[in-house]
Amino acid sequence: MAAPGKTDRDDRNGRERRLRQRNLAMLAVLGGLAVLFYVITIVKMGGGN
Amino acid sequence: MTDTSISPDSAAAVAADDGPLVEDFIALLKPRVMSLVVFTGLAGLVLAPGHLHPVLACVALLCIAVGAGASGAINMWYDRDIDAGMARTRNRPIPGGRMEPGAALGFGVTLSVGSVAVMGLAVNWTAAALLALTIGFYVFVYTMWLKRRTPQNIVIGGAAGAFPPMIGWAAVTGDVSLMPGLLFAIIFLWTPPHFWALSLYKAGEYAAVNVPMLPVVAGRDATRRQIVLYSLILVPVTIVPWPLGHAGAVYGAAAVVLGAGFLYGAFRVWRERSDRAAKGLFAYSILYLFLLFALLMVDALTVGLWGAA
Repeated sequence: MAAPGKTDRDDRNGRERRLRQRNLAMLAVLGGLAVLFYVITIVKMGGGN
Repeated sequence: MTDTSISPDSAAAVAADDGPLVEDFIALLKPRVMSLVVFTGLAGLVLAPGHLHPVLACVALLCIAVGAGASGAINMWYDRDIDAGMARTRNRPIPGGRMEPGAALGFGVTLSVGSVAVMGLAVNWTAAALLALTIGFYVFVYTMWLKRRTPQNIVIGGAAGAFPPMIGWAAVTGDVSLMPGLLFAIIFLWTPPHFWALSLYKAGEYAAVNVPMLPVVAGRDATRRQIVLYSLILVPVTIVPWPLGHAGAVYGAAAVVLGAGFLYGAFRVWRERSDRAAKGLFAYSILYLFLLFALLMVDALTVGLWGAA
């Protein structure tokens, strides 16, 4: 059986990894939205429909 | 988490301190359902007369995909009790205890509003209104009203899955006409035999969670008869674009051959009364719809190329 200290550390590492993964996904989504709105604006300003 | 009596909400509470993975949010969007929705939406975009800037066409498809995924997420929030009781769905993010129900609802509502708003602002408000109607129909009419009340749930609820080609068409033209209505009718009539074939060999699971699918309420024989009846109506409707001039003879011939295969599968389900026949029809029905819409697109693109030459 693993020592309690190690288990706590593993749990914390797991939580931090999940949090980091979610933050990166959120960054990708927000960045993607910024690019999307920029491209839509350029197309609309160019008379695209 | 081996205690099967745990409720979806309490399971989610257990998981609250770990939080969901990104994959769980993706699973909420029902990617496999989304792929067929995107494909039929693309068909609407390709078949519609007129021109839409390729970037805006991609935006329209993205909105259709996200809107479909959003309604799937709200469906998983509402049906978490049913999902927990079925082997096929009990590992979904909420019943699997990896996500709180409220997070799934918030995710779904945010994506719904976002997809409709972007569709309206970037493409046009007719397509946005149809997308909002589709999401609303799936969530309120199918999920919340019909699914638990009537064996006709997937007949009427199937309309939600039939809207995407109409949305794609409206994205290009700004309106709807006969041809997108035909595309709608094809998917609408295809849905009952497709889902009833599945429910024939999953009837036990639906009965266990009190979802009144047709085999559970009316029996397997009645379901098999309904599959044959809907197939007999579906196949002629798939051929109609040809005589109306919306598709060429190649499509027409292919629709006849593919339709004959569908009818063979339906009659086999009726005659053999086996799960094997039902599984065969279910698998074929997916290929059938995919090929029909692919052929319609190829036909339209070929005619376009000939016209341009």
